[in-house]
Amino acid sequence: MKAIEADNLSKRYAKTEALCGVSFEVEEGELFGLIGPDGAGKTTLFRLLTTLIVPDGGTASVGGLDIVRDYRRIRELVGYMPGRFSLYPDLSVEENLAFFAALFGVRIADNYELIAPIYRQIEPFRRRRAGKLSGGMKQKLALCCALVHRPSILFLDEPTTGVDAVSRSEFWDMLFELKARGISMLVSTPYMDEARRCDRIALIDRGSLLGIDTPGGILHRFREPLYALSGDDMYGLLIEARRASGIRKCYPFGAAHHLIATSDFDPTAFVRELAARGFQKVEIVPTEPGIEDVFIQLMHHE
Amino acid sequence: MGEFLSFVRKETLHILRDSRTMLVVLLAPVIQLLLFGFAISTEVNNVRVAVVAPHRSESVRQAVERVAANPYFTFEGYISQQEIDRTLRAGRADAVAVFAADFDRKVDALSRGESSEAILQLIFDASNTTLATAGSTYLQSIILGDLQGSMPMPDTRLLYNPQMKSAYNFVPGIMGLIFILICAMMTSVSIVREKETGTMEVLLVSPVRPIRIIFAKMVPYFTLSCLNLLTILLLARYVLDVPLAGNVVALVALSLLYLILSLALGLFFSTITNKQSTALLISAMLLMMPVIMFSGMIFPIENLPVVLRAISCVVPTRWYIEAVRKLMIEGLPFVSVIRETAILAAMTVALIGVALRKFNDKLE
Repeated sequence: MKAIEADNLSKRYAKTEALCGVSFEVEEGELFGLIGPDGAGKTTLFRLLTTLIVPDGGTASVGGLDIVRDYRRIRELVGYMPGRFSLYPDLSVEENLAFFAALFGVRIADNYELIAPIYRQIEPFRRRRAGKLSGGMKQKLALCCALVHRPSILFLDEPTTGVDAVSRSEFWDMLFELKARGISMLVSTPYMDEARRCDRIALIDRGSLLGIDTPGGILHRFREPLYALSGDDMYGLLIEARRASGIRKCYPFGAAHHLIATSDFDPTAFVRELAARGFQKVEIVPTEPGIEDVFIQLMHHE
Repeated sequence: MGEFLSFVRKETLHILRDSRTMLVVLLAPVIQLLLFGFAISTEVNNVRVAVVAPHRSESVRQAVERVAANPYFTFEGYISQQEIDRTLRAGRADAVAVFAADFDRKVDALSRGESSEAILQLIFDASNTTLATAGSTYLQSIILGDLQGSMPMPDTRLLYNPQMKSAYNFVPGIMGLIFILICAMMTSVSIVREKETGTMEVLLVSPVRPIRIIFAKMVPYFTLSCLNLLTILLLARYVLDVPLAGNVVALVALSLLYLILSLALGLFFSTITNKQSTALLISAMLLMMPVIMFSGMIFPIENLPVVLRAISCVVPTRWYIEAVRKLMIEGLPFVSVIRETAILAAMTVALIGVALRKFNDKLE
C-alpha cells in the first residue's frame, strides 16, 4: 500500500486553476518533498489530501483510504501542520499540546517518546504563551502538536518558512528521526536547499508537476552547460548576457549570474567580447546545477 | 468525554486570558441597566401643579394636601382662573387643577346621581407628552381619591405599576436586549476566531465532530451569562426596586433558556462569517435595531403596522420580554408563560440545528 496516491487531481477556484491534473505517489516511510514557488498550488494539494477540500477532478487516497469517501477515517490517521502558524497564541506551550492530544483522544504521556526529542527543546518554555515563542520554537511546538497522536502520515506545509537557517536545519534533522520511525511525510518548501534532504521531490509550478525524481535524479536531468558569470557591473552583465547568442537563459544566482548555454557556446570568446565592451574583472566558470537551476530550466521549457 | 472537557477547558482559558473582554462582558450589563434605570426615565417625576379653587372647602383642601404630599407632584400654590394661561406659558407649573365652584355640593349631587356636571378640570402642558398623559391619569386619581369609586365616571386604575415607574417597563426590556447582544457577540467571535488564526484547519483535520465543538464553545459562555443574569436580577431588585413579584425559579429558568438561545444565535452568525469584525458587526448592529424596534421594549407591539408586527414574531426578545413582564412585574405563575416558553424553546432548537448544518466539516 502506498502512503499517498494522487491520480489526476484537479481543483479550481472561481477563475483560477489551482491544480490541473496532478498525479504522484508517496511510498510508505518516504520523505517526499514538494518544491515550488508561492502560488504554485502546494497548499491546495495539501488541503485536498488532508480532506479539507474536495477535488473537482481526479482521485486520491491517503493510507489506502479515499479522500472523498473515507475522509473521517483519514482524519484519524494523519497529522497536519498548516502553512501558517495555527496554534492558540493565548494558550501556553503545555496547554496547546494537551489540547491537541485530547482532540485525538490521547494523553501527552501516551506518545511522549515520539515527540520527546523535539519537545525537550521547548520544554523549558512550557509555561510560556505560544504567541510569545520565537519562529523556530513555534514550528517545533506545531510539529509536536501534529505528532502527539502518532499519525502514520504527516503533512507539513512549508514548515520552515520564516524560520532562521539554524532552526531550519534542526527541523530537518527532526524530520529524519521521524522518518526513521517509519512515518511517511509530504513536505512542501520554497527553499531549494531543503529539497536535497528529501527521498524524492516533485517540482510544482502553476498547478502542474514539472517532474518527480530523487534530488540527484532531478539534477541529472540538467544536461546543458551551465556557467557562473561574475564581474564588476553585475547588472550590465545580466543585460549583455541576455542579448548574447548561444545563451538560452541568464538569471541572477547568489553572487553570480547563471548562464544556461547551448552546446556550441564558447565562454572564452564571450569574456573577450565583454572585456572589449569595457566590462572589468569578468570571470566565467562552469558550475554544477542546483535544484533551482533545474526548476528554472523546466519552467523555461514549458 | 475527556475530549469534550478539554475543549471546554480550552475555551474557558481563552475567556479568562482575555481579561479586557471579560470585563466588558461583565460590566456592560450593569452599566446599561443602571443607565436605563436611572438616567433614561419616562416616569413622571416632580410634576408642578397649580390649583384653581373658587371655594376652598375642606374636601378641596384635603385633595390639595394629598397632591402636595405625593412624591411625584409638587404643589405650586393657588392661582386665579385668569392666571392659568400665564402660569403655564411662563413654565411656572406643568399642570393646573381647576376645582368647580361649589365643589362639595356638586360632588354630592354626582354621587347621588342627580347631576352630571363636571367637578374637576385638569389642564396640562402637553409639550412633554409623556408627562401629560401619564401625569393626568395619576393626578386625577390622587385628587379624587375615594370619591372616584362612588362616581359614575370611568374608574381607571393602573395595576402592578400605579406610579408608572419606568424601571418596571425597562428592566424586562433591558434584560432582553443585553442578554441577546452580549451572548451573541461572545459566541459569534469564538468560531470565527479559529478561522482567522488558522486553528480551524487543524481542528477539522481531527476526528472531533462539529456538534462537540459547538457545545463545548457554549458551556463557558453560558456560565459567564449566568453571572450576568444574577447581577441583573440583584440590581433590578435591590437598586431599581423592581419587585420580583412572581415565581423567581420560573423567571430564572426562562432566562436560562433565553441565554442558550442567544448563544446559539451567536454561533450561527459565527458559522456564516469569516472575519471576527463581520461577526461582531452582525451581532451588534444587525441585532440591535430589530431587537429595540420589534421587541416591545420601547414601542408597544400593538402599535406596530401589521407587517412589522409579523416581523416581531420572529424576534425572540419579544417573547422573552412579554414573559418576563408577566413573571416579574405582574407576578403571574409559570403556566401563564407556557406559550412564550414553547416559542423560545422551538427557536433555540432551530438555531442550534441551523448552526450545526452550517458548521461545515470542510473548509469550503
